[in-house]
Amino acid sequence: MIKLDGGFIQNLGRVYGLYTLGFLGFVILMAIFEAAGVSNTVIGWLFVAFTVGIYAMIGVLSRTMESKQYYVAGREVPAVYNGMATAADWMSGASFIAMAGGIYLKGYPYMAFLVGWTGGYVLVASLIAPYLRKFGCYTVPDFIGTRYGGNLARFCAVVILVVASFTYVTAQINGTGTVAARALQIPFELGVWIGLAGILFCSMLGGMRAVTWTQVAQYIVLIIAYLIPVFWMSNKLGYGLIPHFAQFGAVERVQELEALLGVGSMMPTAEAQAEAGKLAALKVGINDASDSLMAKWKFFTLVLCMMAGTASLPHVLMRYFTTSSVKAARQSVGYSLLFICLLYLTAPALATFTKLSLLDPNVATSIIGKSVAEVSTLEWIQQWSNVGFLKVVDGNGDGIVQINEFFMRGDIVVLATPEMAGLPYVISGLVAAGGLAAAMSTADGLLLAIANALSHDLYYKIIDPKADTKTRLVVARIMLVVIGAAGAFVASMKLTGILGAVAWAFCFANSGLFFPLVLGVWWKRANRAGAVAGMIGGFAAGAWYLYMVQFGGMTPWAGIDGLRFGMIGMPVSLVLMVVVSLMTEEPDAETQKMVEEIRVPSGKTIVQQ
Amino acid sequence: MSSKQDEHWTKTKSLTTTTLVIWAIISFVIHWFGEGLNSDAFPGAYFMAGMGSQVAFAVLVFWFASRQNQIDEEFGFGEKLRGRK
Repeated sequence: MIKLDGGFIQNLGRVYGLYTLGFLGFVILMAIFEAAGVSNTVIGWLFVAFTVGIYAMIGVLSRTMESKQYYVAGREVPAVYNGMATAADWMSGASFIAMAGGIYLKGYPYMAFLVGWTGGYVLVASLIAPYLRKFGCYTVPDFIGTRYGGNLARFCAVVILVVASFTYVTAQINGTGTVAARALQIPFELGVWIGLAGILFCSMLGGMRAVTWTQVAQYIVLIIAYLIPVFWMSNKLGYGLIPHFAQFGAVERVQELEALLGVGSMMPTAEAQAEAGKLAALKVGINDASDSLMAKWKFFTLVLCMMAGTASLPHVLMRYFTTSSVKAARQSVGYSLLFICLLYLTAPALATFTKLSLLDPNVATSIIGKSVAEVSTLEWIQQWSNVGFLKVVDGNGDGIVQINEFFMRGDIVVLATPEMAGLPYVISGLVAAGGLAAAMSTADGLLLAIANALSHDLYYKIIDPKADTKTRLVVARIMLVVIGAAGAFVASMKLTGILGAVAWAFCFANSGLFFPLVLGVWWKRANRAGAVAGMIGGFAAGAWYLYMVQFGGMTPWAGIDGLRFGMIGMPVSLVLMVVVSLMTEEPDAETQKMVEEIRVPSGKTIVQQ
Repeated sequence: MSSKQDEHWTKTKSLTTTTLVIWAIISFVIHWFGEGLNSDAFPGAYFMAGMGSQVAFAVLVFWFASRQNQIDEEFGFGEKLRGRK
């Protein structure tokens, strides 16, 4: 072991520097193994075993029985590392696996997610996170419960947190299962449970402290895994060294090709689509920003919902409870965004280069315009057809693959890119390890948010306020296992695609929590009755609307579909909260003084625990 | 509330308002013009959604954090970092 002077926190740079070098060394070793003829299955296993083994080791080394360590990592995480951990916490299977595919298939309208999921951090930094850090709570419902007083407000916040986070966590466990199943060549259901075991190893013994340090490690793996293939493709296709700058030239070429191949005008025939089932053909161009009012409105509403959701999702907000000061919390939001942007700036480039690889007749790997017989012999087409991720349906029977005859699942843009572009298998293994890191790190944060709310707010604050630290931490761990198992059980039933559930989580969170959180800091007059009305009303209205649109057969109002139901929940929440607050008595002097205290960064935290 | 606290909060509010106005322009106003950003020479809509807005948000957050810190220092509300354990 390396000798550390002055403890772990003082040596973070060295520890994670060595870790990064070690990981790169491992990748090179795998490349050598591949050249030496070791089978793909073995390489896949080694990638998963090595990375998950390291996360589990960090989890075990970070075990703790102190409540401050368990809930907020001792409040000693430096801003930069908290930024990295937040980025891993934030970037889920949806960001890593589904995002580039979404841009590929759905074009410009889909990029509203990119804008929403980054701009939300401006709200986090300016409206919420620093104030909650000053407050000194362990969980988000802890803030709601103390600021507004009373068990009912706390309980409402717990319920919304659980619903939003649980919706989200099943998608992550599902993602873990998908990647594990492919890399290890095992059934999906088994992959889900193996993934869960890894997730629990990282969080159970050390709570927030363990999750923080594994998330930093997971961020390093996922960002390396995401960037390498894109750099490789950009250079291989000859557009330039740095994909982020090279992509604009490539976009112009893609737009030419899309016009030529009839993207947006050649729709799949009804029979072909029926045969392809849920798989989709390319129907929207990469830069088709429509001028219609509806298109603009849909972009606007999606951006707004994702932003407000970012600023109310408890697993993100609670990361800023771990910094050493209010100032560090603010800076840490900046670092989070920086580390997130590293991946989000790359996703459109990946989508664009993948399009070139598939559509450009001058590129050897292209398939559109080739004969169906020739395309069907390609190894990656066969592999991914076998697992139902893509399908070629010769709709007009001319024996040539047209743009409206190639159906796929968006996820394969990231997962199959290395094979599509003809990169060595070691890159596929790397991408699998990255996808696993992304899904696991988010699942960890979410499970912890749920389990902490149940153990700290429901059990300790509401049910048994006299419980000692040891009992509380045991309860916290039991909750973690129970919620994890429930999540894995739901995930193994494969109810929704990865992204549908993710957007729902954002809308549940913003419908119920956004205004109670923001107004709790910014409006002294906000009181308990108003907050409770805002939480219940907003959440119920949003949930009702989602149910009606998704399952009740209702036509969405003004293009507000299931991805955007926060547009219904948020206004209801705001109006109820303001009206009910004004109709009832103003908060007592003590509460008002507490709000004034929150606004001053220096001095002791409000809650001492 | 002391007048010092009052003044600190007034400045904080005005900084936050400025930040949110810039945020709203980058998030909503620019993208409302979607197709209008595109020209034959450059895919402007794609650029703004895929890169421009994101970079602008990151710069905005760092700028906000440093300005807010200056305000806190000015009123003596900056935090003295305790020695680490």
